[in-house]
Amino acid sequence: MAQARDDAPTPGWLGVVPGAALLLLFLIPFGIMLAVSVAGREPGGFYQWGFDLAGYRRVMSAFVGGILLTSVAIAAGAALIAVALALPFTVLLAGLSRRAQTAILVALLSVLSLSEVIVGFSVSTLLSRTAGVGNLLAWLGLTAEPQSYTPSLFALMTGLTYLSFPYAVLVLYPPVARLDPELGQASRTMGASPLRTFAGVTVPLLRAPILGALILVFVFALGSYLLPQVLGRPEHWTLSVHITDQAIYQSNLPLAAAMAAVLLLATLALVGLALLVARDKGAPA
Amino acid sequence: MTARLGRLYVAVILLLLALPLLVVAGISLNGGQTLRFPPQDPSLRWYAELFRAADWTGPLRNSLVIATVAALIAVAVALPLALHVWGRGGWLSRALYTLGVAPFMLPPVITALGFLVFWVALGMYGRMGATILSHGIFLVTLPLVTISLGLRAIDPALLEAARTMGATRGQVLRTVVLPLALPYVVSGYAFAFVLSLNEYIIAYMVAGFTVETLPIKIFNSLRYGYTPIMGVVAVLFVALAAAVYGAIGVFGNLPRLLGADRVGDR
Repeated sequence: MAQARDDAPTPGWLGVVPGAALLLLFLIPFGIMLAVSVAGREPGGFYQWGFDLAGYRRVMSAFVGGILLTSVAIAAGAALIAVALALPFTVLLAGLSRRAQTAILVALLSVLSLSEVIVGFSVSTLLSRTAGVGNLLAWLGLTAEPQSYTPSLFALMTGLTYLSFPYAVLVLYPPVARLDPELGQASRTMGASPLRTFAGVTVPLLRAPILGALILVFVFALGSYLLPQVLGRPEHWTLSVHITDQAIYQSNLPLAAAMAAVLLLATLALVGLALLVARDKGAPA
Repeated sequence: MTARLGRLYVAVILLLLALPLLVVAGISLNGGQTLRFPPQDPSLRWYAELFRAADWTGPLRNSLVIATVAALIAVAVALPLALHVWGRGGWLSRALYTLGVAPFMLPPVITALGFLVFWVALGMYGRMGATILSHGIFLVTLPLVTISLGLRAIDPALLEAARTMGATRGQVLRTVVLPLALPYVVSGYAFAFVLSLNEYIIAYMVAGFTVETLPIKIFNSLRYGYTPIMGVVAVLFVALAAAVYGAIGVFGNLPRLLGADRVGDR
């Protein structure tokens, strides 16, 4: 708005209410969390104020290092699979009629807003012995007896991909929908096959958004805290699961807060990187 | 040929997305207390049971109360914020906007832990009010994004015309801006409502042992005894989400709401 200040369409005090609410209920909790991460541990209780780096020392230990490595490997795998599946899907989706696009977006949003609990329950049921795949394979005669495929790394990756796929599509959707369709048409007119057009024109044009989407979906998958518990084995527990575990079951809030602080820093760095990538090479706004 | 292959790919992916939900829907129809698929002596009795069994009606009521009020709080914070960012700009409102979008960019466990220590410090740990306020703040992002989108679509000429005709700032806001933004406010509320219903980790960390919501109840049942009611809740949640987003898709422009500029109002 290039208007003089008093001419702005909204009164100046309007920002005070939401500003205060976010400050009080969002920034302050984060501040307290950081303070707790250096607080002392109180057996049986929550924490004692103080300055003790025990939490951070444990974060630097091999135990947490291993968890971090597992989390990163699992989330990166899920992000790669989800984005690889989502990219052609999104390109095809953007070429459909508005009606079809709306219907598919409704389906994707519905799946995306499902609780991780429900996704975990559904996938574990699908892979269980008495319902779904186990039964089907036995019925087809591929296995002698119905088998359970959960909990396992396979089940966990299936669940994470299921969870991340709609998110990946929605992250890729704006840049894909903004692509000039004439570029693809030009490539087709020159005699390139649709697959060649996809690989030679569409994907290179989308390099920056794809990289950005990979990072965002990675962060999204890193935040999963229930699927590793429901579909994976304890050795597949990610940092998010251990943070909950330390905070609730081990009553070690300082360690939980220290781990959360590390996760927070890593996430902020990654999201910043994703935004930078998108701004650098993305749509010339 | 390749176009058909593309359609097939989209169809297969959609089918895979639907598969676990179809199995769960089948499970919810089991007559007995088993989780078999295909269901055995199918009946709808567990659908009635959700609204009757005492250990499920409590979580059902909690979830509905929390989602209704929390989404209202989210809109109450997001609407003035979106208006402020749209009308004034400047670094402060951009910073506030970032703050409003931040909860969704971070792994939810971080936000949940932040709320946990906050409510412990305030002595409100374990109360439903804490869950409601936490959800309200956490979900600000959704109405903030939708309302901002709606405000940006308003033709500035409309505002100028109203001002030229002598309307005061308050009158312009009330009679021009808010009516035009209303559909986006409603869809923002709907998004926040659906997500609050489905939210687990914050509700669990803030008051999981005293205020049980449906997702928490399902997770507990995953550990201590499966029942087809879990499938019933999953089916109802999917149906509700599809109904809400379907309504937004029918009455609004969902592709544009999700960032596609090219899809016109055909």
